[in-house]
Amino acid sequence: MSTETTTAPVKVKAPSEPLFSKKNRKLIYDPLNDNNPITVQVLGICSALAVTVKVKPSIVMAIAVVVVCAFSNVIISIIRNIIPNRIRIIVQLTVVAAMVILVDQFLKAFVFDVSKQLSVFVGLIITNCIIMGRLEAFAMANKPWPSFLDGIGNGFGYGLILVVVSIIREIFGSGEVMGFRIIPESVYAAGYFNNGLIIMPPMALIIVGIYIWIQRSRNRKLIEPK
Amino acid sequence: MHKDSNKATFLFSSGMVVVIAVMLSVAAISLGPYQARNVRIEKMENILTSVGIESEPKTAEKIFTQYITEQVVLNNKGELQTGSIVAFDIDLKKELDKSKTGKQDKQLFPLFICKKDGESFYIIPMRGKGLWGPIWGYIALEGDMNTIAGVSFGHKGETPGLGAEIETAKFQNQFIGKKILDEQGNFVSVKVVKGSGTASNIHGVDAVSGATITSDGVTEMFHRTLENYIPYFKKTKP
Repeated sequence: MSTETTTAPVKVKAPSEPLFSKKNRKLIYDPLNDNNPITVQVLGICSALAVTVKVKPSIVMAIAVVVVCAFSNVIISIIRNIIPNRIRIIVQLTVVAAMVILVDQFLKAFVFDVSKQLSVFVGLIITNCIIMGRLEAFAMANKPWPSFLDGIGNGFGYGLILVVVSIIREIFGSGEVMGFRIIPESVYAAGYFNNGLIIMPPMALIIVGIYIWIQRSRNRKLIEPK
Repeated sequence: MHKDSNKATFLFSSGMVVVIAVMLSVAAISLGPYQARNVRIEKMENILTSVGIESEPKTAEKIFTQYITEQVVLNNKGELQTGSIVAFDIDLKKELDKSKTGKQDKQLFPLFICKKDGESFYIIPMRGKGLWGPIWGYIALEGDMNTIAGVSFGHKGETPGLGAEIETAKFQNQFIGKKILDEQGNFVSVKVVKGSGTASNIHGVDAVSGATITSDGVTEMFHRTLENYIPYFKKTKP
């Protein structure tokens, strides 16, 4: 997937605005709906399809992306004025890669079973277009604090979709949520089967599609003028 | 100095590489012991699963010392090895690779002896190749050193839904009760072949459909690892 985004650099300029001014708050809640990285910008789809079979790895993945996105945004924003323009993409990539390796090491040390389930996908956060997209589109042009909020917001926007999709997939694919049985054994005894298809990535894509459909039909801002 | 000059670009990139290298090394070294501990506990859990003992990361170490009463090291002639080698720490991959370089007489094989409900079980670690990467597992034999009491498999990256099915209880339970020796006491191992999972076939289990290479890998893993233990079993057979 390419790392290019359609979002142009956004300038947030205010000499002494409060920490949670209206503009800054918008940075957090905008990516949850109006500018969601997955359903509106259509970035980071591959990992969203891969890790959403169960709720627990999805939550850990979401937290990992929030951390990586927020802190790499801050780091890039701090050094944005001394990054030589010609090597800026590779500098962004190095910062993201270093953050991801750190997160991976922490997961391996403290939540080993989850790290096993996520396996290669933690490493693949590096290639998650959302992060590079935010660095290039936002952190390169804004101060650290707004960049931090933007990273958190986009991480949560990504995580929201992950959790919603994984809840649906775990209920219909395994009959559980977070390991707790939702569909009782008696239903299985009556001839009910877990849906094998919903565990496969294509079904995740369809669920994301349905989410986009519902979101677009409810959110007026997303309806394109004819 | 302008930030886009060649000099600044070189300085910036070299500085960045040094800072990040130091940061990552510090993290890797300081978190290393925790990670090694997790790997050890996982190994204990896998060994315990093969004899059907459930354990959790927190309790694994305690349960392991309670059930696994003896750990022995064998050479390829089935002789007990004494010395400072701990069976648990043996890297089976290295030992199996020695046969490729003609160092069979230097091979060491770990064997774990488990006492559960007054019966002895012999647990053998296995290692082989799947489709995408290594597969491994533990096989527990009953006191007759022939009947399989249980198995547990693991894999690095087999396809979910296909090769990864070897990790499921459904696949692993098929092995229970199968035998690795024929009636004359010759080693025949267990074969994973489609359609051979009938109760009358004591040396075969059903393969995973759509995962021929992983299934063949399991067959190969059984044969290659178990044959090293046969000399020991023949000697010590009750």
